[in-house]
This record gives sequence, structure tokens and C-alpha cells, in this order.
Amino acid sequence: MALRFLWGVVHTPRGGASAFVLMLVIACALFAPLIAPYGYALQNLPGSNTSPNALHWLGTDEFGRDLLSRIIHGARTSLTVAVTAISISVVVGMTFGAIAGYFGGMFDRVVTAVVDLTWSFPEILIALILIAIIGTGTESIIIAISIAYLAQFTRLTRAQVMALRQETYIEATVNLGAGHFHVIFRHLLPNAITPVIVAGMLAIGDAIILEATLGFFGLGAQPPIPSWGAMMSSGTAQIFIAPWIILFPGAAIALTVISINLFGDALIDALNIRSRLRDV
Amino acid sequence: MLLFTVKRLLMLIPVFLAISVVIFMLVHLVPGDPIDNIIRVGATPAEKAALVARYGLDQPIWAQYVNWFSKMVQGDLGDAIILRRPVADLIAQNLPHSLALGSLALVFSTVVGITAGAIAAIYRDTWFDRGVMTVILLGSTVPSFWLALLMILLFAVTLGWFPVSGARTASALVLPVLTIGLGGVALVARVTRVAMMDIARRDFVMMLHAKGVSRWRIELGSVLRHAMMPVVTILSLRIGWILGGAVAVEFVFARPGLGSLLITSLNQRDYPVVQGCLLMLAIAVMLGTLLGDIVQAIMDPRIREGMK
Repeated sequence: MALRFLWGVVHTPRGGASAFVLMLVIACALFAPLIAPYGYALQNLPGSNTSPNALHWLGTDEFGRDLLSRIIHGARTSLTVAVTAISISVVVGMTFGAIAGYFGGMFDRVVTAVVDLTWSFPEILIALILIAIIGTGTESIIIAISIAYLAQFTRLTRAQVMALRQETYIEATVNLGAGHFHVIFRHLLPNAITPVIVAGMLAIGDAIILEATLGFFGLGAQPPIPSWGAMMSSGTAQIFIAPWIILFPGAAIALTVISINLFGDALIDALNIRSRLRDV
Repeated sequence: MLLFTVKRLLMLIPVFLAISVVIFMLVHLVPGDPIDNIIRVGATPAEKAALVARYGLDQPIWAQYVNWFSKMVQGDLGDAIILRRPVADLIAQNLPHSLALGSLALVFSTVVGITAGAIAAIYRDTWFDRGVMTVILLGSTVPSFWLALLMILLFAVTLGWFPVSGARTASALVLPVLTIGLGGVALVARVTRVAMMDIARRDFVMMLHAKGVSRWRIELGSVLRHAMMPVVTILSLRIGWILGGAVAVEFVFARPGLGSLLITSLNQRDYPVVQGCLLMLAIAVMLGTLLGDIVQAIMDPRIREGMK
């Protein structure tokens, strides 16, 4: 059933093309050491800043490191950070949102107040505040990104649960003597989960951009671990002599994020949940 | 209208207090002793105690907060550790650059976004509509700092039309404004297009057509006017995003401004400056949202009445 559904999504032009690119990126992230022609930290100073050629398809950076290999390894950093951060955000946000939406009362008011407070702030500002507190590095930016997106999933889940709570079948379940835990996790969340998961998938694209931006500021993964953002940051010094150092990692980000957006869009259409996502 | 503005302003006070607590706690939540960051190597315990007393760190935390807050509302944000100058001076120096950049980017994205969205809606489902919307989709999905670098490569390095970085001349503003503005253009154009297509289906528009009013007069005079409401809503909600985008773009173009000051001091762990910048950005987001709410209330009497 699920497989047939996915097959249907992949068979649309944009679904198929974006799925292909995404598979490629995920394969790079999973099997980076096998796919990459060179090691990501392998330096060759005499061959620094060489333009794309047969040996180095995308050229080399200021230390003579192969750009293609670093982009392939960078996919691992970017995807790990983005997927981990958003997964945490979705799980925690769904829990908060479901409890707030189901029970209401004081907890709901506090959650709503905090969500409204953070809602008007751009994610990057929230992430920067958090990084100022917890410091730089890969773990820190995972935590910072996951908290930056928390409001979005809390709000979305809460809205879904509030709408579903009025349904007759929930009332029936409660009247049959089901506990709160059972109602939330067996009935409300399974029905509320689809839009939240799709929103989460789309947020992975935003999180990749946020991760790259933080990496570009020098706040993310520390060298020599390659991340797309940090690669471009060191490339800015070489912008006149070796523009490919900033061109290709950026193109990798753009291609990945556009594919995620197109695939998410195809999913939204296939699942017919556009209206459920819009009011949030 | 005045009553509405005052009420909305009062609602911002608890928000501001909450934000100030978070930003105040910054220094105290950072692992390690804040004094260790500023004391010189090899200082005696007596010197350290003197510094602790000087910064009031021996007092209970709520007293420190009250002290910090009362100084802050008087415009005293402490001294920068690395730059050794009052933080308020640094901010006063950088803020005008950020304001100029942010407001120009806002104007650019509003004007170009509404124009592009309106044209796309009027010529809906033609190649022009699809072309504009595709370019806009691409423009909104690439990271803003990469777009900034591409602009530098194309317009500054290759064509030499604009300066690569800095803020000495007015022309140095062009590329940063374009970079930040494009993200906003995408959003505004999309909302304008959808809203116009929605309004165009309403009965009163049909009636205008039936009465024989010319198409352009209907589209621009009635449909576009009614479609402005959701556009203003989105703009007021997303005003903070323009500031967020400005942080990265200022950094890339090496422009003076709150964003680049924030990133530099974050990398140098100069916490008083970080606090000051975050505070200013938070205030800017709050005021921006307030401004959006006021514009909305001017346009829609129902919002004004709802607040009473």
C-alpha cells in the first residue's frame, strides 16, 4: 500500500526527478568513503586552486583537496545535521502539541505563549541565540536547529489535534473508557501525523540551508570535517582566483533543497493535505 | 486607531521582558566562569575577586538582572571585551547600516513582489506566469549567502558594475539589497498571485465584468486592491525574516551592521556585544511586527474593532 503510493508519487515528472536527486544525495551521505574519489582531508599543496579537470572533476580548494570528494562527504554532514535536528524537533514538537491540544488548560496556554513568542523570530536568530549559549560545533548546531523549528511542529500538531478532538470517534473512544494516553497515541497522533511528517520533510530543506549558513559563519562542524557551508566560507578568500570553490557546494545545496521542496510538493498533492497545512 | 496602537504596544511589554531574561541569561548559561573570559592570565585571587565585585557577579542572580535591565533601558549595555568600547557606541555605529539595508530590501521586495505576482496572476497559466513563478521558486530555495556570493561573482568580479564589499558608496547597497530582497520577492509574489486569483473568482468581480468595466480596471482597481490584505499579513509576519536574511548578507558583503557585528563577536565570544546585538534584533523584530499589525488594522476595520 505504502509502496504503491510512493510509486505513484515517483511516477509524476517532478516527483520522479526530485526523488532521483534525493536518492543520489542520500547515497553520497551513506557511502561517502566508497563513492568519493579522494579522501576529504587529503591535501596536495602544489595542486591547490586548480580549475575543474579530468583528475579533479570539480577542481581543488586552497589546500589542493579534491572538491568533489569534499562535497560528497559534505552531504553526510549536512544531511546528518538536518535530519537529526528535524527528527528531534518533530518528535518533541508533536508531543508538546498533542498534550497542549488535547488537555488544554494551563499547559496549553504556556505552550501557546512560548510558540507565539518564538513564531515571529526568524529561525536563524533563535539558532544564533542558542549557539551563543551552548557553543559551536556539530552537536550544538543540531540542538540549535531542532529548537529553532520546534514552534512550527508544536503549532501544527496542536492545530491538528484540536480539530480531531471534536470528532465522534474520539468521543466514542473516550466514552468506552480509553485512557488519555491511549487516545492520544493510538487515535489522535496517527490521524494527525501525515501533515506533520510532510512539514518535517520540507523543513529538512530549510534546515540544510540553516546548517550551511551556520557553517558558513564558522559555527558548525570544525575543520577538516567538510560541510557545504564551511567549504564556501573558506572559498570566499579565493573568490577571484578559484570561484568553483563556492560555486559547486552552493549548487549542491540548491539542488538538494529544490529536490526536497519538489518532492514534498508532490507528496502534498498526492496525499491531498494542502488545506491542512495552509492554516498554520 | 490610537487605542489600538497603545494596546498592541502594551502587549509587547511581557514579550520584551521574556526576551530580555533569555538574553541576560546568555552569559550565565555559558559553561565556565564569565570572569575567566576577561581576566588576564596569571591574575591573583584578589584581582579576580575585585573583578567579580566590579561586574556585580557576587550578587544574587535576580539582583544582577534588575541591575542589568535598569542600565539597559537607560542605554548602557556594558563594555565590549575585545573591542574595549561601550556596546551602545558599537550598536549606534552599526545600526544605521542595517536599517538602511533592511528598509530598502523591504521596499524592493514589496514593490517587485507585488508587480511580479500581479502580472503572473493577470496572465495566469501562460508561459510568462510559469516562467516568473519558476524563477521565483528557484530564487527562494537557494541559501541567501550563496546568492550573495553569486552576485559578487557576476556583478562585482566579472562585470565590475558594483563594489565587491564595504559600505562606502551608495552603489555598495545595490547587491546586498537585491540579495535580501529576492527572498522577499518570492514570498510576496506567490501570495499576491494566489490572492488575486482567489479574488478574481468572487461574485462582485463577475458583476464588474458583466457591467462592462474594462479588464485592466477590474484587475488593478478591484482585484489587486482586495488582494493586498493577505500580502500585508504575510509581510508583517515575515518582517523578521528580512532581518534574519540581513545577518548572512551583511557578513558576506563585509558590510558594517548588526548582523556582521553579531557574527564576529559570537566567534570571538565577546558576550556583552552578542547580548546587545541580539537585544536590538529582537526589538527590531517586535517593532516590525507591530508596524505590520498597525498597517493591517488601518486596512481592515474588523481587526481594529476586535481589539476593543
